[in-house]
Amino acid sequence: MTKDYQVSKPIYIQIADTIAYRIVRGEMLPGEKLPSVREMAVESSVNPNTIQRTYSEMERMGIVETKRGQGTFVTDNEEVLDDLKGKLQNDIIHVFVKSMEELGMTEEEMIHGLKCFLGRDRDDR
Amino acid sequence: MTVELQNVWKKYGGQTSVKDVSLHLEPGKIYGLIGPNGSGKSTTLKMMTGLVYPNAGEITISGERVTRRICSKVAYLTELDMFYHAFTVEKMMAFYASQFSDFDVEKAHVLLKEMKLDPKKKIKKLSKGNRGRLKLVLALSRKTPVLLLDEPFSGLDPMVRESIVKSLISYIDFDEQTVVIATHEIDEIEPLLDEVIIIFEGEVVGQTHVENLREEEGISVLEWFKSIMAQKERKVEDV
Repeated sequence: MTKDYQVSKPIYIQIADTIAYRIVRGEMLPGEKLPSVREMAVESSVNPNTIQRTYSEMERMGIVETKRGQGTFVTDNEEVLDDLKGKLQNDIIHVFVKSMEELGMTEEEMIHGLKCFLGRDRDDR
Repeated sequence: MTVELQNVWKKYGGQTSVKDVSLHLEPGKIYGLIGPNGSGKSTTLKMMTGLVYPNAGEITISGERVTRRICSKVAYLTELDMFYHAFTVEKMMAFYASQFSDFDVEKAHVLLKEMKLDPKKKIKKLSKGNRGRLKLVLALSRKTPVLLLDEPFSGLDPMVRESIVKSLISYIDFDEQTVVIATHEIDEIEPLLDEVIIIFEGEVVGQTHVENLREEEGISVLEWFKSIMAQKERKVEDV
């Protein structure tokens, strides 16, 4: 995990984002056990209290579940995981659209640009 | 254990080093004490160890007034080079174990291995980075409710710093220990801290939760520190 954290966002949220990415990408499976708070803290070089907050926040969102005495696990609730995937997708689209708007692009131009890019990208592969 | 400073003053000759400092430090948290050179960081730590006495005010650790005897509750890593150079690493550890009954020899050996230090090596033959590592091994091997680290990173390369940060996270007892780190390396330790305290010319000029700073103001500790220093310097110029 990267050691460089963005300034404008709390670290506990940035780590939660990273874990969410790993789950969506399938690097962490539904029902899989997360590293202990201490392990995760060492891995990310942050204060364990921060990781505790990350896990609490993710638990609040339903993405992970803490089982007493056993640790924290990725939820196996498919619906929650699908929502998470949708949310991450939306976040990326939001950033993309906002940047395009700032460049003064219209909706048509955005769609056209995206189609062209995807077309070219496919040819490259 | 809770460390409490109440209106603490310290003067060296005619110079006031610490001015009316009050702090309340809780167990389970890591505090960063930051400030320019000569701002009173080291003096503040030394007063918490009972090595230096305040001229006025009171310092207590879980209610007990700090004297030299508080050293059984406080582990302190000094910024100075405090080793006997003729000793081997092993002998230095044995010396520590003889001085502090809370010294955990087993833990010290685990830490030595992790820090890749050779127990048979003479201290004078150690590089600066390895002496820095050894200091940390000795401080972390004591089982004390209070851990004070004065410039644990100074003069060490990024790899050593990284390994020190990781050992700190691995070996601090977050249920019971109160940890204070005085440092210039603000960026380095920011993700490690719960709270940060700024000292300037002997006074506490700021204290905040690191995550709140990001959440509410969207700035890092370094940016916050710089903005406060800029305000202070402007005031100095006005006078």
